[in-house]
Amino acid sequence: MTQLQRRSTLKALTAAAVAGFVPFAFAQANDPIKIGVLHSLSGTMAISETVLKDVALMAIDEINAKGGVLGRKLEPVVVDPASNWPLFAEKARQLISKDKVAVTFGCWTSVSRKSVLPVFEELNSLLFYPVQYEGEELSKNVFYTGAAPNQQAIPAVEYLMSKDGGSAKRWVLLGTDYVYPRTTNKILRAFLKSKGVADADIMEEYTPFGHSDYQTIIAKIKKFSSEGKKTAVVSTINGDSNVPFYKELGNQGLKATDVPVVAFSVGEEELRGVDTKPLVGHLAAWNYFMSLKNPANAEFTKKWADYAKAKGIAGHKDKPLTNDPMEATYIGIYMWKQAVEKAKSTDTDKVIAAMAGQTFKAPGGFTSTMDMKNHHLHKPVFIGEIKADGQFNVVWKTQGPVRANPWSPFIPGNDKKKDVPDGKTKI
Amino acid sequence: MPPLILNTLISRIATTCLRSSKLLCLTVASVLLWALPASAITPAMATAIAVGESDDRIAALAQALGAPDPALARLIEALLDDSAKVAEGRVLIVKGDKAIDAATGAETPLPANAEDIINNNRLRRELEGAKAALGLFSASSVARANAITELKDSADESKLALIDRALAQETDATLKARLQQLRAAMLIASSDRDKRLAAALALATSTQPTVKSLLQARLAPGVEPDAEVRAALKTALSNIESKLAWGERLGVIFSGLSLGSILFLVALGLAISYGLMGVINMAHGELMMIGAYTTYVVQNAFRQYWPSAFDFYILAAIPMAFMVSALVGAALERTVIRWLYGRPLETLLATWGISLMLIQLMRTTFGAQNVPVENPAWLSGGWEVLSNLTLPYNRIAIIFFAFMVLVLVYVLINKTRLGLFVRGVTQNRTMAACMGVNTARIDMYAFALGAGIAGLAGCALSQIGNVGPDLGQGYIVDSFMVVVLGGVGQLAGTVYAGLGLGVLNKLLEGWTGAVLAKIVVLVLIVIFIQRRPQGIFALKGRSAES
Repeated sequence: MTQLQRRSTLKALTAAAVAGFVPFAFAQANDPIKIGVLHSLSGTMAISETVLKDVALMAIDEINAKGGVLGRKLEPVVVDPASNWPLFAEKARQLISKDKVAVTFGCWTSVSRKSVLPVFEELNSLLFYPVQYEGEELSKNVFYTGAAPNQQAIPAVEYLMSKDGGSAKRWVLLGTDYVYPRTTNKILRAFLKSKGVADADIMEEYTPFGHSDYQTIIAKIKKFSSEGKKTAVVSTINGDSNVPFYKELGNQGLKATDVPVVAFSVGEEELRGVDTKPLVGHLAAWNYFMSLKNPANAEFTKKWADYAKAKGIAGHKDKPLTNDPMEATYIGIYMWKQAVEKAKSTDTDKVIAAMAGQTFKAPGGFTSTMDMKNHHLHKPVFIGEIKADGQFNVVWKTQGPVRANPWSPFIPGNDKKKDVPDGKTKI
Repeated sequence: MPPLILNTLISRIATTCLRSSKLLCLTVASVLLWALPASAITPAMATAIAVGESDDRIAALAQALGAPDPALARLIEALLDDSAKVAEGRVLIVKGDKAIDAATGAETPLPANAEDIINNNRLRRELEGAKAALGLFSASSVARANAITELKDSADESKLALIDRALAQETDATLKARLQQLRAAMLIASSDRDKRLAAALALATSTQPTVKSLLQARLAPGVEPDAEVRAALKTALSNIESKLAWGERLGVIFSGLSLGSILFLVALGLAISYGLMGVINMAHGELMMIGAYTTYVVQNAFRQYWPSAFDFYILAAIPMAFMVSALVGAALERTVIRWLYGRPLETLLATWGISLMLIQLMRTTFGAQNVPVENPAWLSGGWEVLSNLTLPYNRIAIIFFAFMVLVLVYVLINKTRLGLFVRGVTQNRTMAACMGVNTARIDMYAFALGAGIAGLAGCALSQIGNVGPDLGQGYIVDSFMVVVLGGVGQLAGTVYAGLGLGVLNKLLEGWTGAVLAKIVVLVLIVIFIQRRPQGIFALKGRSAES
């Protein structure tokens, strides 16, 4: 502690000395714009988040190659909050106060977002959050480029209820024990009840972060599914626990045709290194899949493959994979660029105003639009089934982009909440 | 490719004719004759099965199944393994760079615009059912048995005719009984009361969870009107449930044993370095991590240089993991720990520092992300003991592995000269030194042995979980827990504590959920250690306290 203080005192002194020498140290017109990248590069979430850092760097490189933003280059500042939630807040504060970043792209788990939220609001800085989440939050300082529950969870459950999805009547809600799975499952429980599913037909199970022994849970699912009605599993397991979960699922021979598992945090990247042959048919719901066939996606995947090869990114240089949060990160960076160009400034409030209504031709094959009011993207919903090669077959999709509904109508009291940030944090 | 249906039918007729009555021959032949005229599926039918709305495709498939032929089996197989494509209104089966027309079998060039056919779970289920239904007429009884197993999941009345036909020509008594059950499962929803009653009685001998599910659905209020049938259903249900209950109980015990064997394996190395030598080794987890990474490196080497022997990389990885971890352990002992004997606090801090350094070293060498370690094919999948109890091979292998390691360590410590020296040095260092034992060397050997066993544990862990720089951190608390609970200085204690904690944890997990179970186990251990600080087994005699 003392050492830290000493170091920061030293830095402050140096800064003061420098300031003394250069009395007019204002940001100059051609100074680079600093961009914060706040993703866990180690710990349990590294499996999902590392690649988001890389795709952010790729987008920044691309923008710089085309001349930057407002004639200024972008300069990424990458920090590693190490899957440690309080450390996220510390690192965010460091990015904003010390590195003076104009905007930050980061976070995966909702618990990390909740941890940095007060920092961004207090220091009035911008965060782009690229992952699907549980909703129930609307901050003026955050743009949510991932899906809200009505853009992922609800359509997925509706699909499983449909004839093609297997007409599921019994539900296992399985998740990692933190805010996103708990809230999503609360919404899903209310939704299922509204569809006439009894409480006895819903089983909720949670495991700690980094849990690696899924024997008991799979046994429970097997038992639960043999009680008279078609069963489906909704998995909100996050991070590297997914690998042992899917391994156990495959080894215990629970097939997708008997009990389908739909996951909200498992994409191409998480399935790397898992033998997907026994998992064929299990599902994931996202707003983007690597297997989508359209010109924008072909370009995006090619760019990523070239970038990964050029930078020698572990794993991706031999087998490049893209996924939904990568797409969302990519969209976010470009929309921010467009907003800055529209506002002709990197000032937080001006950029927020300019973000409303921004559009971007997303790799998903649709034009994503930033909502005029609620800081969420309008996105299409896809449901994919795992193929033997670890990619997904899209078996269902919406006609076009869906407007996000951060305040789910299935949580009581939400009907009174306004669909626009009012400047106050609601945690 | 499965054997072609016509050929199998013909061969079946031949074999049946040789050993059974003319009447049966006639029946089978008539089945064949009846199938022949409509044999070839038309391109239009193939397209109807392959593209369109799910409902229409399923209807087309059911219609085609009425007249099975080799082309249909080929098409179904291709649809299931994703090798069928559709182009210009025709269904093509792609093999390498060649393509054949699914209906006619004629070889055609593959058009560039050929599109993949996407099957959802519902269709895949129907296709698997259809494939199994065709398999019912296979010549090999193994294939027929597999077909029956497959069919149990998609039994509905549309396949009744097929089952009847299969029953007519089935010769194997056990398979016949299973077919009867399948038929009963289909008839349980029949509109004829007598058929339902017969079906309910027949199902009482079943052991399948799917049948249990079916019976429960029939017993739901308002589904089954007849009281007698209801009673029969109830008896059948309670019969099945009592059989399934065994599967569940055995499942809990097995998962407890499996967790226990892992806990024991991770703690065994520590039982030597901490238990016997008294070194509080906080870097124990990292020695496991090194073992796991060694497995990863060996796996990659096999993939690159001996891809044909890839399935056996694990056999080479086991000794490698032991050696590498043991070498690292020996180096640690020589450079750091030897100077700190008798100073537990300093040892604790030093080894903790080393553990951080090792983690960072791995992070810079292999990256912060987890690395993929694949199970060899023979460790994937599981052994279906009972219909509701499948034991994964990797877990069975780890239980055996833990047992083998235990035997080896026991022999090494109790039956060899080195073991004798280790015990001598740990019990009375000065006396051992006086007797001419090179205590410094024995310390290094013992510590390296503990480290090597940690490496073996890491190799085992790589088969069930994630391999990353933090792997050891997740197990260090568990391993200390096991050693302290078992009683410091006791190998037997470690065994009992490891297995006991595993089973206890799994029993609680089934009851309270994973999060609470972990907390409850910790609380119980705290209480136990307060009551009995020396652990389950205490060393007797004067050496214990010195």
